[in-house]
Amino acid sequence: MVDLRVKIGDLDLKNPVMTASGTFGYGVEFEDFFDLDRLGGFVVKGTTLNPRQGNPYPRMAETPSGMLNTVGLQNAGVKYFCEHIYPKLVKYQTNVLVNVSGSTAEDYAECAEQINELEYIPGIELNISCPNVKEGGMTFGTSCPSAEAVVRAVRKVYKKHLMVKLSPNVTAIDEIARAVESVGADSVSLINTLLAMAIDAETRKPVLSTITGGLSGPAVKPVALRMVWQVAQAVKIPIVGMGGIMNAADAIEFMLAGASAIQVGTAGFVDPLAPVKIVEGIEDYLVRHKIESVTDLVGSLQL
Amino acid sequence: MNKTVQNLRVLSNIQLNRDHHLLELQAPVKLEQIAPGQFVNVRVEKSQSTFLRRPFSIYGVDYEKNTMSLFIKDVGPGSHVLTSTPEGEEVDVVFPLGNGFSFPENNKRILLVGGGFGIAPLLFFAQELTKLNLKADIHALVGARTADDLMELDSFAQYGQVYTTTEDGTHGLKGRVTDHSVLSDNLQKFDGVYTCGPEPMMKAVAAKAAAADVFCEVSLENTMACGFGVCLCCVTETTSGHQCVCTDGPVFNIRDLKW
Repeated sequence: MVDLRVKIGDLDLKNPVMTASGTFGYGVEFEDFFDLDRLGGFVVKGTTLNPRQGNPYPRMAETPSGMLNTVGLQNAGVKYFCEHIYPKLVKYQTNVLVNVSGSTAEDYAECAEQINELEYIPGIELNISCPNVKEGGMTFGTSCPSAEAVVRAVRKVYKKHLMVKLSPNVTAIDEIARAVESVGADSVSLINTLLAMAIDAETRKPVLSTITGGLSGPAVKPVALRMVWQVAQAVKIPIVGMGGIMNAADAIEFMLAGASAIQVGTAGFVDPLAPVKIVEGIEDYLVRHKIESVTDLVGSLQL
Repeated sequence: MNKTVQNLRVLSNIQLNRDHHLLELQAPVKLEQIAPGQFVNVRVEKSQSTFLRRPFSIYGVDYEKNTMSLFIKDVGPGSHVLTSTPEGEEVDVVFPLGNGFSFPENNKRILLVGGGFGIAPLLFFAQELTKLNLKADIHALVGARTADDLMELDSFAQYGQVYTTTEDGTHGLKGRVTDHSVLSDNLQKFDGVYTCGPEPMMKAVAAKAAAADVFCEVSLENTMACGFGVCLCCVTETTSGHQCVCTDGPVFNIRDLKW
C-alpha cells in the first residue's frame, strides 16, 4: 500500500489532487461523474463580496492545446454563497476551499471574514491573480506592496488556512511569493491563467468580448512548472501547483518541481473524470517506482 | 438520466450530402429517458489542432437498439474528424446535457422551424411527440441554402405537414424561412413555435412569435468548453441575468431572453 496523504500546512489531504477554482463550479456539477470525496480537496468558484454578472459573451476561445476565458468572476456574492451553496457542501468528507476575490483590500477582507464563520470550510484561496476584471484581481498580484496589503488585510480577519493564488503575469513570481509569505500566507497556489488574446482573421475582430483573456490548458504547463520550481526555491510555505495538468505524469512533474499538492482545472472540461484518473495514476506511479509516500516526491527533482 | 462519460461505438456513419453525416452511436450502458433538445459533448481524440469537446444536438434515440444519433456538419477540423469516424470505432461522449423542449398538452398545433442542421433536435422532438401520443398537429418549416442542403424531409413528413424554403429557389419557396406564409399569416393558429438554426433566423422567428403572442422556444448554440455548467463561458443574457446555455438551456423561452 502506498500513502497518498499530504499536508498543506495545517490542511490534511487524503491525496494531493484538488480541483481548480473556476473549473469546478460548486462541485455539485460533477456529482454525476464521480464521488467528490475521492479528491484531496476542491476549490469552489471565485466569490466576491457583492454579486457579479461577469463579462459579456463571447467568453471563450479554443487555442492550440488550450483555451482562453474571460468569465470575469460571475458569481452570486458571498451572502448567497453562505446561505444557499454552503449547506450543500457540508456533506463532503474532503477539503472544500472557497476562492475569494475583490476590487479592494476591504472587499477581500469582508468576504473572507464571512467565510471564516463557515465551520466546514477549512481555508480560502485568495485570488490576487484574475486577469479578467477591470478593478482588483490581478492588479493586486502583480506588485509586492499591493499583494502584501491585501494579504495583510485578510490575514487580520481570517483565522483558518490562507492560500494565496499567484499570477504568472509578473516578472518575478518568486518575489511575490516571498512577499505574501512574509505577511502570513499559509500556502501559495500557482499559476492562474496567462494574459492572452485571440483574433479571428476572417472577421478581423477579437474573439473575446473583452479583447484579452486568460490562457489555460496544456499550453501553459511548461511555464507553470518553471514558476513552481522558482517559487519552491524562494519560500518555506507549501506550494499547490497547477497549470495544464492533464494526467498523473503532469501532476507528478509539478510535485517533483516542489508542489505539495496540485490542482486540476481545464482538463476537467475535456474529461470530467480527469481528477479521479489522476489520483489513480499517481497511486500507480508510486507502486511502479516503489515509493511509499507521495510526500517523498515533493521537490525531489534529480539535478 | 444522469450525466455520464461513455465510449459509444459507431454503429453506422452515413453521409447525407456534401458535408452532413448521420452517426448512430451505441451505448454500453442502458440509455434512460433523454429529452429532445438535450445535447452531447464529444471528444475529438484524433485531432491535432483541437483541444475541447464538440457539442451536438441529439437527433434521435432508439431505446431498443440502445443507440443515439447525431447529425454532424463538417465545418472544421473537429467535426471533420468525427464525420470521418468509421463504423466500429468508439467515440468518447458526455451526455445527456442541457434541458429540452417543453412538451405541449394534448391536441395542440405546433410549428417547428429549422434552419440547416438545426433540424436535428426538432426532428427528435417530433418523434417523441408522436411516440407519446400527444396528438399534436405538427407542422415543420425547414429552410436551407439549396435543395441539396434540405435533409430528412421524409422523416419530418412522417410526423406532420412540411414546408420548405431555399435561398436559391431549388426547393419550396425561394427565400428564407421568415418569408414563408406559414410564419406570416395568422401565426396565432399555432399553440407553440419551436425553432433551432442560425441565430439571425431564430431571432427573426422569435420576433414574429412575440408579435403574434405565441409561445416560442429557441435552442441556442453558444460556444462552450465544459457543457455542464462549470466553465461559465456559454452564457446568454436573460431577464434574470447571465445564464448558461449548457445547463439553463440550450432551450429557452423567448420571454426570458433579451433579444
